[in-house]
Amino acid sequence: MTQTTALIERREFVARLLAACPDALVISGLGSPSYDLFAAGDRPENFYLWGAMGGAAAMGLGLALAQPARSVLVITGDGEQLMGLGTLATIGAQQPANLSIVVLDNGHFGETGMQASHSSLGTSLSAVARGCGIRQVMEIRDPAEVAALATLVNRRQACALAQVHVRAEDLPRALPSRDGVHLKNRFRSALGLAPF
Amino acid sequence: MSSAIASAPQWQEDIFSTLKQGGIRQVAYVPDAGHAHVIRRVHAEPSMRPVVLTTEEEGVAICCGAWLGGQRSALLMQSSGVGNCINMLSLIQNCRFPLLTLITMRGEWAEFNPWQVPMSKATQGTLELMGITVLRVSKAEEAAETVRAALDAAFDSGEPVAVLLAQSLIGRKEWTRSK
Repeated sequence: MTQTTALIERREFVARLLAACPDALVISGLGSPSYDLFAAGDRPENFYLWGAMGGAAAMGLGLALAQPARSVLVITGDGEQLMGLGTLATIGAQQPANLSIVVLDNGHFGETGMQASHSSLGTSLSAVARGCGIRQVMEIRDPAEVAALATLVNRRQACALAQVHVRAEDLPRALPSRDGVHLKNRFRSALGLAPF
Repeated sequence: MSSAIASAPQWQEDIFSTLKQGGIRQVAYVPDAGHAHVIRRVHAEPSMRPVVLTTEEEGVAICCGAWLGGQRSALLMQSSGVGNCINMLSLIQNCRFPLLTLITMRGEWAEFNPWQVPMSKATQGTLELMGITVLRVSKAEEAAETVRAALDAAFDSGEPVAVLLAQSLIGRKEWTRSK
């Protein structure tokens, strides 16, 4: 099973990725990816989802099309991405070169009691992404590959998805703001946009 | 203009011009015959980005992402798609994102296909339960003004607004090719 062989520690991986992509606009999927992103350091260019399961990559798509000169990074989990599998086809049809999706795949629904998810029951999210026509697909098992992933994010030359095999571990929660209006307005403000 | 574009009803062209003049940059859609002209026009318009969806709820999240990045967007669907959006609409409510969605009605007037009826009956109620303001266009000459009012409410006042386009406006669907 994936979780017994995975070496990657999710918090450290996300922290290293963010340190290497300081200019990225970031959207995180609900649950652990939002905690991982917040633990890496709060910044106005982070938009943390606490719900809207299945919507992180779609939100990243709308943002990437609106901000073509910025790198847009979606950090989510296998369960969240599985709920929005169709979005990978929608993204494949658009090919926004500035959009990268990072799926922290522990093969489990971590927030609800570590039930096995489809990604440890036969689904390969990287194969799905390839099948949807996403140009750059990486399957990462070695933490050192964070550098290559950061290069992809920063270059903005092709739409990318990285399936990152992380350990299935229940880490202490790091809780970002749950005020959606605040998160939206500070994000827009960081882009020079008025509130609303 | 192709002949299909030239022969479309005026109210559909009015909707397209209203979206374009209102600064809409992204148009996410699940197709419907009643939206076909607007979709064709968006594909031919360099200032607008058409985004075909696999399910309507993706469109809700795309519109929120677009606004986060400073662009106005619109979401086109038919009434059967409203039910697919319910939980994703919590993104709109929690973050007070603007939303402009145009919904072609099925299952309410001279409907041939009974499978369209249950969601049709629940469309307005579902939207209102999720906090969306609902406007309706029943006459062709109202289309431009109503869509314009919805667009202004969405992007000037931050409101989520749905415009229902009556099935009587769109007309009967032809189910057999020859009489």
